[in-house]
Amino acid sequence: MNPVNYLYLAALLFTIGATGVLIRRNAIVVFMCVELMLNACNLAFVTFSRMHGNLDGQVIAFFTMVVAAAEVVVGLAIIVSLFRSRHSASVDDASLMKL
Amino acid sequence: MENLIALLVAAPLLGAVVLLCGGRRLDAVGHWIGTALAACSFVIGVVLFVDMLGKDAEHRALMQHLFSWIPVEGFQADVAFQLDQLSMTFVLLISGVGSLIHVYSIGYMEHDERRRRFFGYLNLFLAAMLMLVLADNYLLLYVGWEGVGLASYLLIGFWQHKPSAATAAKKAFLVNRVGDMGLSIAIMLMFTTFGTFAFGPVLEATGETSEGKLTAIALMLLLAACGKSAQVPLQSWLGDAMEGPTPVSALIHAATMVTAGVYLIVRSGEIFNAAPDAQLVVTVVGAVTLLFGAIVGCAKDDIKKALAGSTMSQIGYMILAAGLGPIGYVFAIMHLVTHGFFKAGLFLGAGSVMHGMNDEVDMRKYGGLRTYMPVTFVTFGLGYLAIIGFPGLSGFFSKDKIIEAAFAKGGTEGWILGGVALLGAAITAYYMTRVMLMTFFGEKRWQPDENGNEPHPHESPRSMTIPMIVLAFGSVFAGGIFAIGDRFLHWLEPVTEHAHGHPPVSALTVTLATMVVLVIGAGTAYVQYGRRPMPVVAPRGSLLTRAARRDLLQDDFNHVVLVRGGEHLTRSLVYVDHTLVDGVVNGTAASMGGLSGRLRKLQNGYARSYAVSMFGGVAILIAATLLMRAV
Amino acid sequence: MSAQLAAAATLSAGTSTGEAFQFWVLGTVAVAGALCTVFMRRAVHSALCLAGTMIILAVFYLANGAYFLGVVQIVVYTGAIMMLFLFVVMLVGVTAADSLKETIKGQRWLALLCGLGFGILLAAGVGNASLKEFTGLGQANANGNVEGLAALIFTKYVFAFEITGALLITAAVGAMVLTHRERTERAKTQREMSEERVRGKHLPPLPAPGVYARHNAVDVAGLLPDGTPAELSVMQTLRQRGQIRDVSAEAISDLKALEQRAEDRLERTNSGPGKGSNRGEASK
Repeated sequence: MNPVNYLYLAALLFTIGATGVLIRRNAIVVFMCVELMLNACNLAFVTFSRMHGNLDGQVIAFFTMVVAAAEVVVGLAIIVSLFRSRHSASVDDASLMKL
Repeated sequence: MENLIALLVAAPLLGAVVLLCGGRRLDAVGHWIGTALAACSFVIGVVLFVDMLGKDAEHRALMQHLFSWIPVEGFQADVAFQLDQLSMTFVLLISGVGSLIHVYSIGYMEHDERRRRFFGYLNLFLAAMLMLVLADNYLLLYVGWEGVGLASYLLIGFWQHKPSAATAAKKAFLVNRVGDMGLSIAIMLMFTTFGTFAFGPVLEATGETSEGKLTAIALMLLLAACGKSAQVPLQSWLGDAMEGPTPVSALIHAATMVTAGVYLIVRSGEIFNAAPDAQLVVTVVGAVTLLFGAIVGCAKDDIKKALAGSTMSQIGYMILAAGLGPIGYVFAIMHLVTHGFFKAGLFLGAGSVMHGMNDEVDMRKYGGLRTYMPVTFVTFGLGYLAIIGFPGLSGFFSKDKIIEAAFAKGGTEGWILGGVALLGAAITAYYMTRVMLMTFFGEKRWQPDENGNEPHPHESPRSMTIPMIVLAFGSVFAGGIFAIGDRFLHWLEPVTEHAHGHPPVSALTVTLATMVVLVIGAGTAYVQYGRRPMPVVAPRGSLLTRAARRDLLQDDFNHVVLVRGGEHLTRSLVYVDHTLVDGVVNGTAASMGGLSGRLRKLQNGYARSYAVSMFGGVAILIAATLLMRAV
Repeated sequence: MSAQLAAAATLSAGTSTGEAFQFWVLGTVAVAGALCTVFMRRAVHSALCLAGTMIILAVFYLANGAYFLGVVQIVVYTGAIMMLFLFVVMLVGVTAADSLKETIKGQRWLALLCGLGFGILLAAGVGNASLKEFTGLGQANANGNVEGLAALIFTKYVFAFEITGALLITAAVGAMVLTHRERTERAKTQREMSEERVRGKHLPPLPAPGVYARHNAVDVAGLLPDGTPAELSVMQTLRQRGQIRDVSAEAISDLKALEQRAEDRLERTNSGPGKGSNRGEASK
């Protein structure tokens, strides 16, 4: 098996995550889909690391994890405060951008 | 010597600047400054004239190059003056008659509180006219040309509190613009044809240019001349221009403005010589105007308007002569100069009469004034004799020569033009005799006006009579001095060239015929107006009389053809603008609005919707990247 | 360590059959988990599916020679982050099942179209890239994966590392600031609470949820003797959120169905009208 299949898997997972972001209305699930996309990227990075024989890809994946952790913390905090003020976790309810 | 040329223009220009910018402080002395600077210009002119007489005929032309106005590669416009015999003649006429009119205006405008401004405008008029005749290229001539237009506008509308004066000024300006357009087109054509504006190179190059182009240029020049010289079809402004103060009328009719057209044609003689078709048009225009003005002059009861018709007619003579080519140029200028004397004298006389009659202009309310104002009567009478061509006086010599030259054109044309000129002479005698009889002979017909002020006819002050006397001398003797021994001919010949025509009849016959028609014209007038009392209210008159009173329907013609036509054109253009142009513009706007309204629906406010667009955009970016790599 | 090195050595050469088998099996499971994450109606189920996908990804990291990341993936992602998700789901309300009915017109089709196009293009991009040669991590992991990473992180990427540290602290502070709420009213003293307890409307203890009901969940209101739900029996927080489940109607219909089944079993097909009316009154 060619390890490039990992890349196809990463692309597939990324696409599923992105589509999920577009389809779901629950902010938490949307957020989970974003995490799925990040993980797909990480898989790609790890595969690239193996492909090129150096560890830089893994380091980037590591940083991605850190940033994802920070993002999750802030994002979930936002969701919680949004829920408090609107009693809803639906992203459609925050459609204030419409005129 | 040539350094003095610029001073000719500079002196009155300085006067205009000083008087117009000087403010109230100069009110007391403004008219003296203006007159002095005009006279200064005349004195310089005389000095240059004496100097010119001292040289032999071929080396009399002087050039003065002041500065390069617009020096561009391939386009050289200079401010340069050229003083040759032709210009010299005009300089002396303009500054001489102009100075006399200045002197006259001191008395005439005495009670006008805006006299300083009036003198400023007069000086501006002189400066513009002198620049016009002194320019050595068409572009500078155009500057003077427009300056004359401006000054005439300011002076005709000087009493702008009268709506009629304001309208007349506007009319003169607008009609002149038509002519100016002709001149500017002519100058552009010259530049494209010859690559220069200067008289010398342009006139020398006429031999190598196609006749079609020259005819176009010549016709445009003729249009310009028609505008300034009030020739058919651009004659309508001249009668209304009488709304200005009388000295202005004298200045416009005698020394400046209307003579500009004649000057332009004579100056551009080579172009016309090379374009016989254009020359024919010039003679036709001259002949038509000659009769037109004369007929209008016969019907007018307003003394100034009668004289205005006369001017139109006399300028028609000059244009006719100028259209005859080398056989007529000299006589056109000669008649112009003599006309300058006697017409200025006549206008100043008319002004003097009006001055004594509480500004009444209707000749039917004059009558028997010869005893009240003898000096005016004598000078006006001499002018009258001069204009009708009484033997020995100025008009006799100059007009006779033009009639001869018209016959000398040869062929059917010669007979027609000569006949028209003779007929014009008869009508001239008729209407001038009428003016004379109505004004100075017969019973007194004036009555108190509505305020009960009965006019007390009196002789005008010295400042007004002296110019009249001087001009009367000119009216009497100028023609003789010019004509006897062909002095004027020899003087101008180096510039304008001269060819002796071959008249089908002898000069003596022409002179006798002129005498006969003169007697007929004057006699008819005497029978009609001198032998029976003049009705104070004008009779209804024949159809021709009524048409002539309305200036031969020129304004009606202009109104119907130009104003109405223009209105229709404008309306159709407005319609096109509203439907087509606005339709396109509004349609574009509406379609944009509709498109935006539809695009706006994409802005539904849902973050997920925007995310889809972003995602789609990313997909497209990837596609583009792959495509670029594949290519 | 030696086992790792051996594994690394095999990695450099290519992939073993075992890894291929593992990829196809676990990859299928991972994709299924991802799809479930997207399409499960309840957020809890989505979170659990995502956790499963992440664990599988951790296995793939290990298979790709990223031992440290594999472990971190399990500990940090699956252990910490996903638990954080579950906490938030609990805070927001586990019961709130999303309806998967789309409200924005054409959104789902557009999303699927874009996703399909994007996926195909991405796969095409991967396929288009010349990725034939795999160097393998045998050389890089020679001194151990963790040591290798540490050497990189603390030398080449030290500034990025420090900055991510700062980012983490900022994120933590930011989360606190976002979720922190000032108390808007004074806290009740013990005296006030006792007075309220004694002089308030409810002298006896508040009714417990699930009384006279077929549920004993906290969000199901106890039923009053006449069968109506007693909202007072549900805790204040749920009451304010409007998350009370009214099961009275449900319970009655359940009861009816049960009795119907019992009657069927007893072959009492023809029930008398009098009985039926009695039963109807009793159920009220």
